[in-house]
Amino acid sequence: MLEIKDLHVSYGGIQALRGVSLNVPDDKIVTLIGANGAGKSTLMRTISGLVKAQSGSILWNGQELLGKPIDQIVASGIAMSPEGRRVFADLTVVENLKIGAYLRKDKAETEKDLEWVYSLFPRLKERSWQSAGTLSGGEQQMLAVGRALMSKPKLLMLDEPSLGLAPIVVREIFDIIRTVNQQGITVLLNEQNANMALKVADYAYVLETGTLTLSGTGAELLADENVKAAYLGKKRADRA
Amino acid sequence: MTMKQEKKRIYLRAALGLIALLAVLLALDNLSFVPSMLLTVLRKGAIYALVAVSMNLLNGFTGLFSLGQAGFMLLGAYTYAILTIPAASQKSIYQRYANGGIGFSIPELLSKPLGGFGLLLGVIFCLILAGCIAALFAFLIGLPVLKLKSDYLAIATLGFAEIIRAAVVYEGFGPLTNGSNLLYGFTSFSNFNITLGGFTLHLETVMPFLFSGICIAIILLLINSTYGRAFKAIRDDEIAAEAMGINLASHKRMSFIISSFFAGISGAMLAMYQASVQATTFKSSMTYEILLIVVIGGIGSVSGSIIASFLFIASSEWLLRFLDNETWIGGFRVPLLRSGFRMVVFSVIIMAVVLFFRKGIMGDRELFQKKPASAAKAAKKEVRSK
Repeated sequence: MLEIKDLHVSYGGIQALRGVSLNVPDDKIVTLIGANGAGKSTLMRTISGLVKAQSGSILWNGQELLGKPIDQIVASGIAMSPEGRRVFADLTVVENLKIGAYLRKDKAETEKDLEWVYSLFPRLKERSWQSAGTLSGGEQQMLAVGRALMSKPKLLMLDEPSLGLAPIVVREIFDIIRTVNQQGITVLLNEQNANMALKVADYAYVLETGTLTLSGTGAELLADENVKAAYLGKKRADRA
Repeated sequence: MTMKQEKKRIYLRAALGLIALLAVLLALDNLSFVPSMLLTVLRKGAIYALVAVSMNLLNGFTGLFSLGQAGFMLLGAYTYAILTIPAASQKSIYQRYANGGIGFSIPELLSKPLGGFGLLLGVIFCLILAGCIAALFAFLIGLPVLKLKSDYLAIATLGFAEIIRAAVVYEGFGPLTNGSNLLYGFTSFSNFNITLGGFTLHLETVMPFLFSGICIAIILLLINSTYGRAFKAIRDDEIAAEAMGINLASHKRMSFIISSFFAGISGAMLAMYQASVQATTFKSSMTYEILLIVVIGGIGSVSGSIIASFLFIASSEWLLRFLDNETWIGGFRVPLLRSGFRMVVFSVIIMAVVLFFRKGIMGDRELFQKKPASAAKAAKKEVRSK
């Protein structure tokens, strides 16, 4: 269980998060939706330790994460697939995956998880000796997710996994997100594709300029008039 | 075949290859008809190969653009020379400084009770110490400097190399470094020649290859380890590497220290090869030569760096020498050929490489690499057969 309380973060001279409080319960898919610059990525980067917070607290199974170095956070079971995929272009697919398991010492288990990732993404196995830079956008996204899974996380954070991908590939990625979740991994999702994200989400939060404005189950938010107007591209009923 | 068996086979092959190479070199060293220029190229090439690979580890594999290589080589060369000058000749070498020298020589101390084996042991100890001094300096410089971004890092390390060069000729350090005078008389590669009953077995070419070969093998093992993968990840994408839990600062520092360690060893070996040390040898132009080798060989390719070192040394020391000599054919003087023209040709070659062969000889591939295409095919077959 991840509990965030009154989190304030300033990033690049901008007050990106102004008192955000939210919970990510175990074994659920929680999604954050919001426009560009709402602070979704900053929130994920703060959880993973890449960005320092000003105040507030992030409790992970009761332990404070703020102030901890990144490697400890990763080792405690939180993995992030960063925005824009960011695969290691000159390394092979299998090397990319092994980097994901960098902090793990259990070699045999790591090999097993490699096979597990290959079973989730058979295409990665086919291309295991190819350098990651030669993969298509969708394959690179799969690699980024697989790489994050290689650290054997309990919480998987995916930052904009559908960015710049064809609709059919997006659907494939979301299917995998659901599969991964069913295997007992909590998922925190940042998405601009709110329609898709809300459909898979157990719970969702709407972020606007650094504050949470709405929350509810995925289905509730899908039906919400304001969400529809702002993020789903549908006109508000009272204006139509 | 399992990975372990395959690894074992690769190591076995590499070891056999190295032994065969050393045997060939031993023959070359002792056959009288072998041109001495070839031996020079082989010896110097082996030493440059090590420093080029060490620079490639930093620039090509970790993505840190440093230009301090000559400075670390200088540290290694001086450390080695100071520790190995025979006690008896220290007085005459340090004649400008009363009480100059350290008063003992490590190989000498060890060869008294242990003979030739002690000499070897002492030299190896001093080489490692030379590397350690360079690594220590790298650690200290790295504290502030590694926080800089690439271009600034290059400028800072270049500055360091120049400062070190100026510092060793400082009069105050004279009793140790002999100021701006030569250090000579220390244990060199020719000390390893074995003389038995009037016949001398030359090992002057074998030894630098042996030392360089071992060092490069260690670097290769490092590159192919998890640490090496982490270095490459940092080179490709710092933010993603950090998100995977790779500690950027400590890995960059480690790469810098290891690279400098081997630069120090190669500096010491250069001293052994030249049989004398002077600070003016280690100018920034030396760093540029090494950088040139790395670029020509291919940034991110160890075998490329090795091949390019021998090519570079062969052309600069031997094959292109004729360009510097005035040549007359009959009564006709060949135009352009005169002292200094060699450097002009060299510059043109460099420009051609940078303009047309930007990836160098090897790109980022290795000489004996499993071909990625065939490996991918094998993987595909495996998937299909399931």
